[in-house]
Amino acid sequence: MPTTLTEDQLAIRGAVRELCRDYPDAYWREVDKAERYPKEFIDALTKSGYLAALIPEEYGGAGLGLTDASIILEEMNRSGCNSGACHAQMYIMGTLLRHGNDRQKKQYLPGIASGDIRMQAFAVTEPNAGSETTRIETKAVRQGDKYIVNGQKIFISRVKQSDLMLLLARTTPYDELKDKTRGLSVFIVDMRNVKGKLDVQPLDIMINHHTNTVFFEDVEIPAENLVGEEGMGFRYIIDGWNAERILIAAEAIGDGRWFVDRASKYASERVVFGRPIGANQGVQFPIAQAYAHVEAADLMRFHAAEKFERGEKCGAEANMAKMLAADASWEAANVCLNTYGGYGFARDYDVERKFRETRLFSVAPVNNNMVLAFLGQNVLGMPRSY
Amino acid sequence: MKILVCLKQVSAKESTLRLSEDSLHVRESDLSFEINEPDTFALEEALRLKEQLGGEVVVVSLGPARIQTSIREALAKGADRGIHIETENAESVDRTWAAGLIAAAVREEKFDLVLTGLQSDDLGTGQTGVILAEFLGLPHATIIMEIQIEESRIKAKRELEGGWFEWVEMPLPALLTIQSGLNKPRYASLLGIKKAKSKEMRRVTPVELGAEVSGTNALRLRKIYVPVKSKNTEFLDGTPKEAAAKLVERIRREIVSSPS
Ligand SMILES: Cc1cc2nc3c(=O)[nH]c(=O)nc-3n(C[C@H](O)[C@H](O)[C@H](O)COP(=O)(O)OP(=O)(O)OC[C@H]3O[C@@H](n4cnc5c(N)ncnc54)[C@H](O)[C@@H]3O)c2cc1C
Repeated sequence: MPTTLTEDQLAIRGAVRELCRDYPDAYWREVDKAERYPKEFIDALTKSGYLAALIPEEYGGAGLGLTDASIILEEMNRSGCNSGACHAQMYIMGTLLRHGNDRQKKQYLPGIASGDIRMQAFAVTEPNAGSETTRIETKAVRQGDKYIVNGQKIFISRVKQSDLMLLLARTTPYDELKDKTRGLSVFIVDMRNVKGKLDVQPLDIMINHHTNTVFFEDVEIPAENLVGEEGMGFRYIIDGWNAERILIAAEAIGDGRWFVDRASKYASERVVFGRPIGANQGVQFPIAQAYAHVEAADLMRFHAAEKFERGEKCGAEANMAKMLAADASWEAANVCLNTYGGYGFARDYDVERKFRETRLFSVAPVNNNMVLAFLGQNVLGMPRSY
Repeated sequence: MKILVCLKQVSAKESTLRLSEDSLHVRESDLSFEINEPDTFALEEALRLKEQLGGEVVVVSLGPARIQTSIREALAKGADRGIHIETENAESVDRTWAAGLIAAAVREEKFDLVLTGLQSDDLGTGQTGVILAEFLGLPHATIIMEIQIEESRIKAKRELEGGWFEWVEMPLPALLTIQSGLNKPRYASLLGIKKAKSKEMRRVTPVELGAEVSGTNALRLRKIYVPVKSKNTEFLDGTPKEAAAKLVERIRREIVSSPS
């Protein structure tokens, strides 16, 4: 962590830590086991305004920068909580803020800031279009003053815990496009009042993440719910990627620190063969190494966040931060599990839960492979694989 | 109602405690800090009274520059202004000195109610509040679990031993030392943290308050140490009466020869 955190940032971190203390290991164990949404935790964060960090003051948010927001998410994970349950409420609104019109912003942002409107579902991924977003097939066809949507999305998180969903759908058939990055559009779907059939099927996955398959059958969206221009949706989504990657990096750093803390403590206390296991270099060095990697990744995260806040290009840094942090947290998770031995597998020790949770950062919202492809092709100028 | 809350910054519960070289304190470099737990309940109680009755909540704290983070935290939670008494040795065991400084800093303000924590998580003397009450000439009650204001009087529920309580009543102004658990302290909100920056923080030094810089030396800490863990079971034989007599004898001897 840089020694240059401002007084406000230290205060924010302290306050989030205090809040998280009321949601200790046992709470998350219970939530995980029941595969329940951590509603109480989210309500407390919402009530204290933390999820509205990035919403400008004129819309009732705190108007803070990305670094501040990243500190909030990092601290949740560092305290043993799971920011994955709510991080999207913080940043999905960015698309609306940057590309929505005045009316849409006035209509939705104050409610999102106060927590009265939950907008934490963003439907992009499809069974036939994962990493290759420009291949999505879910169609939105304009009919008078509305669009009719048909298709299927997969891995769409927190749909049941949202009032509004952002949807990326095809408005021009792929084959008719010259520029394949065009032809997609972003819509606001108000799920409190759906016309047509929106079927949400929870997916049974490795972590407690509330992610779903979503089927659209003649779902009607008023044309006024189109965000920005028709056909520009892919660009709008890309615009949000850097911020999202930096925030995800911070979450992974938080996890990494949690694992290193737990591992070093356990290694100092657990006595085998008459001495603490941490006295053995085979146990101690991997923990120290994971620590070093987490700290190094953290520097890239702050570097990326600073560039972002200065309005500079930061695609490379944001991508590297996300990948390095995901790698470091995963290394720390593995080391922590090794250190705990058999107890690492016991639910009561919480390591296995965090171990499962932190694994996600290497895969979603973007796979580390795609980060390397970005670096190889966009930064280093090597030939493209796609 | 004008309420003063005394806050102390203490080492955070998760801090690793290692003795300093001189065995007079724990190593500061290892520590992170937080507001003493009972004080957070005192602050919450003050904020609730203000919400009910109107008025002002002021926080005062004594210590080095780092304690300003705790004062700011209280301001972020809703206190109106802060007073920082700047001194290097907040941990001095001489609580008469500490209470004297606080009294000198706030006497003029004529608070209706002064709340402190029941004791601090570091020194745990439980004295500052009651000595402060004496210095300010206020009636006081300790270990408070509930407060009711009635006109110009205050009723307070004291915790006694073994699950017993008692209600005491006194005229305002008064001082109460608060027990943890009487309410649920709020979290600082994000907007609260932003607003705290523009709230008043008065700084005063002991010299400006006309007091000694380093305490009166009436009470001095000689040494702190980590108790050595040991386990030793011994059976005292004889009739119950004889065994009891032996036990009393042993207790007398062992307390006298406890580690120095
Ligand atoms: C828990 C969870 C929550 C999610 N939440 C959401 C959500 O809320 N909204 C949403 O829209 N999506 C969500 N996703 C989906 C996630 O964004 C996708 O899983 C991700 O984008 C990858 O898509 P895919 O799974 O189809 O992988 P694929 O695209 O099928 O890729 C599989 C593997 O092949 C690799 N690969 C593919 N192409 C190349 C190449 N050219 N070079 C090298 N490697 C390549 C990938 O990197 C990956 O390792 C979520 C996923 C999970 C697991």
